[in-house]
Amino acid sequence: MKFGVVVFPGSNCDHDAFYAISNVLHQPVEFIWHQSEDLANCDAVILPGGFAHGDYLRTGALARFSPVMKSVKTFAKSGGLVLGICNGFQILLEAGLLPGAVMRNIGLRYICRHVHIRVENNATPFTQAAAPRQILKIPIAHNDGNYTADPLTLAELQKNEQIVFRYTSADGEDDAAGNPNGSMENIAGICNRERNVTGLMPHPERAVESALDSADGLVIFRSMVESLVASAKASA
Amino acid sequence: MATASVEIKVTAEIAAEHGLSAPEYARVQQILGRDPNITELGIFSVMWSEHCSYKSSKVHLKRLPVRGKLVVQGPGENAGVVDIGDGLVAAFKIESHNHPSFVEPFQGATTGVGGILRDIFTMGARPIAVLDSLRFGPITADDSAPAVPPETIAKNRRILDGVIRGIANYGNSFGVPTIGGEVGFEPCYSQNPLVNALALGIAKKEDLFFARARGTGNPVIYVGAKTGRDGIHGASLLASAEFTEESQQKRPNVQVGDPFVEKLLLEACLEAMTTGAVVAIQDMGAAGLTCSTTEMASRGGTGIEIDLARVPQRESGMTPYEIMLSESQERMLLVAEKGRESEVLQVFKKWGLDAVVVGEVADGGLLRVKDHGLVVAEIPAHPLAEEGPVYQRPIARPPRKEESAADWFVFAPEKKNLTNNFKRLLASPAISSKGWITEQYDTMVRTNTLAVPGAGDAAVVRIKGTKRALALATDGNGRWCQLNPRLGAMHAVAEAARNVACSGAKPIAATNCLNFGSPEKPEVMWQFSEAIDGLAAACNELETPITGGNVSFYNETLGSSIYPTPVIGILGVMEDATNVLKMAFRDDGDIVVLLDGLGVASDSSGASRSNGSGSHVAREFSSSEYSKTVGGIVAGQPPAIDLPAEKRLQQGLVALAASRSIQSAHDISDGGLAVTVAESCFASAAARKSGETLGTRIRIEDRNPAESAVFGERGARAVISVSPASLNAVLQMAQRYGVGAVEIGRVTADGIFSIELNGSAIIEESVETLRDIWAQSLERALKQ
Repeated sequence: MKFGVVVFPGSNCDHDAFYAISNVLHQPVEFIWHQSEDLANCDAVILPGGFAHGDYLRTGALARFSPVMKSVKTFAKSGGLVLGICNGFQILLEAGLLPGAVMRNIGLRYICRHVHIRVENNATPFTQAAAPRQILKIPIAHNDGNYTADPLTLAELQKNEQIVFRYTSADGEDDAAGNPNGSMENIAGICNRERNVTGLMPHPERAVESALDSADGLVIFRSMVESLVASAKASA
Repeated sequence: MATASVEIKVTAEIAAEHGLSAPEYARVQQILGRDPNITELGIFSVMWSEHCSYKSSKVHLKRLPVRGKLVVQGPGENAGVVDIGDGLVAAFKIESHNHPSFVEPFQGATTGVGGILRDIFTMGARPIAVLDSLRFGPITADDSAPAVPPETIAKNRRILDGVIRGIANYGNSFGVPTIGGEVGFEPCYSQNPLVNALALGIAKKEDLFFARARGTGNPVIYVGAKTGRDGIHGASLLASAEFTEESQQKRPNVQVGDPFVEKLLLEACLEAMTTGAVVAIQDMGAAGLTCSTTEMASRGGTGIEIDLARVPQRESGMTPYEIMLSESQERMLLVAEKGRESEVLQVFKKWGLDAVVVGEVADGGLLRVKDHGLVVAEIPAHPLAEEGPVYQRPIARPPRKEESAADWFVFAPEKKNLTNNFKRLLASPAISSKGWITEQYDTMVRTNTLAVPGAGDAAVVRIKGTKRALALATDGNGRWCQLNPRLGAMHAVAEAARNVACSGAKPIAATNCLNFGSPEKPEVMWQFSEAIDGLAAACNELETPITGGNVSFYNETLGSSIYPTPVIGILGVMEDATNVLKMAFRDDGDIVVLLDGLGVASDSSGASRSNGSGSHVAREFSSSEYSKTVGGIVAGQPPAIDLPAEKRLQQGLVALAASRSIQSAHDISDGGLAVTVAESCFASAAARKSGETLGTRIRIEDRNPAESAVFGERGARAVISVSPASLNAVLQMAQRYGVGAVEIGRVTADGIFSIELNGSAIIEESVETLRDIWAQSLERALKQ
């Protein structure tokens, strides 16, 4: 099960995603340079966190024009697993692979701290190893995580169960205090209708070992591996 | 001056405008054997500025210990380097960016961080952590402090906000965790904040790079951002002169940072270094192209010849003077092996950066600068870099102010309940949680951070691929240095080292940033000289040689100096990263133990033991944070220091951490025992699954006044917590290290924080109430 981690100029969580896959999950993984249109036969692609192209103009606005995104779109259309973390999520939004947009955090400041998110849908390739409504303690680190969409899009997301993660209090309750950035409906992460593309603001790759204060992020990567193993078996 | 052209005839007056004194100008003429042209004058003026030449500090810096068996590179390179085992080295250094941060807080702070990061990766080391030591003027109108005008407070808040945003903006985007440091507030920093940034990087020992040009004919390559008119004379005019009413007009002298380009530069430089075609490399920081060409040539004992027409430029019509003196950020100069330049250029092209051959290494030791083939400056590199002026500035001890008991803190009557005063202390900007600040920093990127800010006494990062971790802490108490610069400097070293030891790491080396007033004032030079002696004594005793850093003079506004503020960063190594210790209490029923390097005594007072007289205790207490916050008194002397006791305590802490027999460790410093124990309670909330805050019940015996006993700041002490089953083993181990260990209380789950002194409760409050005050005060103050 080979993972690919895309490296845009300005990506800075690329090494962290790579380490989580290789050293914690012990799965093959390689970096994919943003100017490459070759996804190197990867079974899953991760768009990592950081400040791709400096996040100039708007987060993700320039990165979506990187040559690699053409291949990522084709890969996603063919059902390949794509996970966008933080800046990667912002790029997926700009690229139109996920609906909606993010705005500046409501307090207009960068926030880095552990938050709690609840798995709202564990029937996706990114959450299938999680218990229903499992609470995960995972860090966020962003300026722009305030998820926004028009009412129609929000209704669609609800109806199709595309809201994968919501910010909650430590004990899993919906409350405004648990929402760090003002995002609509406390949304922390969403998937596409087909379930094979997911983006989230929190950083699961920063929560993969107890030495880092939480290993709750592992369930997302484990789900991806499980899902890939299952589909490999099915096609074999 | 900014648009000077080559044709201007240089006179002694123009030299003086450039900050060169008459004897200095004569020396320039002597070195050249003629009058300099305007470009050459500009080059001399920046190279011989206080900031670049250390002309006032050199004679004193020689007294610092710089050697040690782990020191790979001492002062004189881009950063100090120490051996950390497993074939790895750590490069680290602290540097100031004070004046730019006052003139333009956001850009001043960003470029401070950017500059120190370049110093690290220039050496081939990947940056893995940044710490910031910050000092601002008051941000609250505290009723007991001398009145500070509201407009000053408002301005201080704006400066703080800009600096914090600047640090966050640069580090977060660059992708290095900003994981520690300290923040202090004193009126003397209102017009002259201190922004000292420390960066740490690691490399394989054999992969280190140095800034020594060699190989005649080897190409000199300019890489990174284009050169613009920003920052011209930043080093000479901003950093090497005191502030006046007009200083705000120097905003064009402040550089502008671009962390995205720096990130590209980092990746490209490290990748280029792996080609084997890079011979030497130096960043362009203060004095830009001038400093990098001169120093590389001088260190390598060669000459360098460049043509400015080839330098990538952001704007048109720049004169040679402007190009040589620009301090545009995110630029590097490197020397490649002749014939292999294309390998290097290829890497920079991949990362979308300019990389241009601008010249070559030459025989003859000359810095020769051409513009479209015409020589515009020709200066012997070695004299320019190394034979600048050196001053033995006059030193005079300021007249000692005779103090009496009337000047000192008056202790509260015996058995007075101190809970309300304790709350005031917890709410003060100096003591309250800095969470509001540190949450704006990415503290976790690169997934190595084992102790985020506030979790432990030091920042701790693991080294992937090994079992090791590094710990770093900074410290510097300007108020104490004002009262006694030698003693204050010793405390700065001792506390930073103690912080590192509290995390479980062995302190091995130091870096320093010496922030002082004008060296032209004899009393400032006395403070400087005293501080150097204090640093030397403490670094010798604690075996933490100084591997580098910088000196920042002229921290003055309208004639008044800041407190002398030497800031020390101490690096420690932990052989097993899983031994990391944090400050949080962990379990209900654990035993709270006071460790004291001075040994066991009947009391565990915050007062020094050298002299039991009441006036001695009051004099020492008058320098404490509590005295300032609650009593409005800053006087007396810092606590006496016992360096061997500090060392015993540190060795004991490292051994206890390695034995894995203790649950937490936190040193006693600002605010004394009460604040230390409270912070261990507060930190428990984040460390525990349930999220509840543990309380504590402390019982101590002490013959000194209550406030001195619980808020006194004598060093060589730490508070640890121990499970009951481990208590005996811990006490015995402490004894073996000559460290006093006394049980002083229990960790509780009843939500109460209490301290009893000689049988009477003097502090008692709900721990959540205290935590709320401590956690929210800074943000509340800034939002007023």
